[in-house]
Amino acid sequence: MYGKGLKPLSIAAVAMLALSLSLVFFYAPLDGDQGFIQKIFYVHVPLAITALVGFVAGGVFAILHLRSNDRKWDAYSYVAIHISVIFGVAVLITGAIWAKASWGHWWVWDEPTLVSFLIVFLLYATYYPFRYAIEDRDRQARYASVFAVTAGAFVPLNFMAVRMAESLVHPRTFATAEGGMPGEMMLTFLCSLVAMGLLWTTLVKFELTAKSASGQVKRLRRALDAPVAGGSSRIAPEVS
Amino acid sequence: MPPAQEKAGPAISVAGLRRDYGDRPALDGVDLELAAGSSLVVLGPNGAGKTTLLRILATLLRPSGGEVSVLGCSLPDEAWKLRGRIGYLGHEPLLYRDLSGRENLRFGSRLYGIERGAAEARIEELLRAVGMERRADERVAELSAGMRQRISIARCVLHEPELLLLDEPDSNLDAEGRELARGLIGPGPGRTRVVVTHDPERHEAEADQVLRLGIGERAVVS
Amino acid sequence: MTPSRTAFAAILAKDLRSELRTLQSLPAMALFAVTTFVVFRFGLDRTSLSGSLASGVLWATLLFAAVLGINRLFVSEREEGGFDAIRLAPIDRTVLFAAKAAALVIYLAALELVTVPIFAIFFLEDAAGLGPLVAVLLLADLGLAATGTLISSMAVNSRARDLLVPLVLLPLSIPLMIAATGATEPLLSLGGPSYDRFGTWLMVLGLYDLIFGLVGYAVFDFLLED
Repeated sequence: MYGKGLKPLSIAAVAMLALSLSLVFFYAPLDGDQGFIQKIFYVHVPLAITALVGFVAGGVFAILHLRSNDRKWDAYSYVAIHISVIFGVAVLITGAIWAKASWGHWWVWDEPTLVSFLIVFLLYATYYPFRYAIEDRDRQARYASVFAVTAGAFVPLNFMAVRMAESLVHPRTFATAEGGMPGEMMLTFLCSLVAMGLLWTTLVKFELTAKSASGQVKRLRRALDAPVAGGSSRIAPEVS
Repeated sequence: MPPAQEKAGPAISVAGLRRDYGDRPALDGVDLELAAGSSLVVLGPNGAGKTTLLRILATLLRPSGGEVSVLGCSLPDEAWKLRGRIGYLGHEPLLYRDLSGRENLRFGSRLYGIERGAAEARIEELLRAVGMERRADERVAELSAGMRQRISIARCVLHEPELLLLDEPDSNLDAEGRELARGLIGPGPGRTRVVVTHDPERHEAEADQVLRLGIGERAVVS
Repeated sequence: MTPSRTAFAAILAKDLRSELRTLQSLPAMALFAVTTFVVFRFGLDRTSLSGSLASGVLWATLLFAAVLGINRLFVSEREEGGFDAIRLAPIDRTVLFAAKAAALVIYLAALELVTVPIFAIFFLEDAAGLGPLVAVLLLADLGLAATGTLISSMAVNSRARDLLVPLVLLPLSIPLMIAATGATEPLLSLGGPSYDRFGTWLMVLGLYDLIFGLVGYAVFDFLLED
């Protein structure tokens, strides 16, 4: 059931990625101050936005799980957070490259958005050991949902607190990214954002399909009294 | 409070009850009906789901499927209505180790909303009934397992429950303790009980009904 | 159903009585905090502190000491039958959240009552900032109590209790620490306390308390299901 629509979605994601990459390299103007390296902006920022939206989506799925007690939503929540954490690694790496190129350091503490993202990432990274520590499957699903809801509420609050702590010490480096952006840049940026969103959705759907398939194989084997091969992952939810 | 006409129906009625742990079924299709004032003894080997059944009836576990109705409340939706009306005695004594027996009972009486004066009288009465009046002020951690079981029995009947759910009620009790326990949680007029046990001889004698749970087979009521 | 106020008072009184009798958490928390001050004395190689350094040392120490108490918050419920005594009672289950959070606020306040004066004696030249600091401590305690109670109640039912609380609580408490240290820093500055953005930081603390108090209230019921 999860596989439905996966193929057109994958094609759309790949096409959109190709389009946005060609816009990045051949259409968007070179930045006056930062030069070529500024183009990493079109990867870094859409990735970050997608990851954050993904984290919040994980919280929304978790609410649905708690309300309906349907394990499907726990799987959605898990996969949404899982893919967003992977995106988060990419955000931090591209952020570090950008910082090195434009400020000469791999990490800068006075860029509040990046620092906030690091804190959010650190919190969501504990999602895995958290799940792993809870053995009973039902309880694991419920507690993981509580985690996802709590962390979802944490995201905006954290951004606010970090911004307040930093803003008085240093002026924002590119505070008005949208405001001062020329039209070509804006178009490229929006295309990249859509491409990343599609990529995220495709990966989530792909992961759910794979989980569902292996869950069904396991159920069939059990029904046939055949040995269930290997231990399944202890932290990932099973999907029917 | 339960209206009188509810008494007419069965105290417990269960149909097609299932409970799974992950993919493994612990209970697979249990049907039973128990009239008010009678005793049901649940027998079966380890892992047959006896404790699971009892915990579902006590609102501690959610059923995975099937119909469960206890004292006119359907589970799990109306569990909150049922909670003050059942007395549950589990494997664990459910006592706080750092409080004395009396303090534990006092805490229980507060949680069940029993008025202070009435609670004190009831606690004294129960401590005498389980033969613990002289050691009621020692910390539970210092009591033997049998003595904890006695306090636990007092805790279970503190709020005069309409239905008793007993998991191995005799465990750790000596002969005297068993005799005293009979007075509080044994079969008696108007006392509705579900007893889980490994010791069939003793309990089958007091049973109006026996439920045999097997592993991987349907439950048999006789 | 038993009135929530009765149940709340019963659970809180039970916890405080147990703690007073056994002294399992509080002395350990205080001892840990004082020793940590000594470690900072040598780690920073400073005999007096002010401003951001003072505020950082104070809050890092309090946070880690709080983790010790938060770890143990639900142990008594878990030890004998995993919350069953509470789950069987005809009470609104969020009462347990409220009572445990209240117990934690009391523990933290007691911890601060002992360790903040010691901190002042050890490191501060001027204790004038301690008065308004009380407001910061109180608001931060409420926030720590909300998230701490939530995490502790889950960690105690896991197989890595002592690991999960610091692991999850530390990142979760960063906004709280940002606001608490931000408010404390000018209070402990060398030239006597100043109130630079004091009110703003108190508002952030209050917002944190509100959000996680509500989250805890909304989700706690699900943690007691089985």
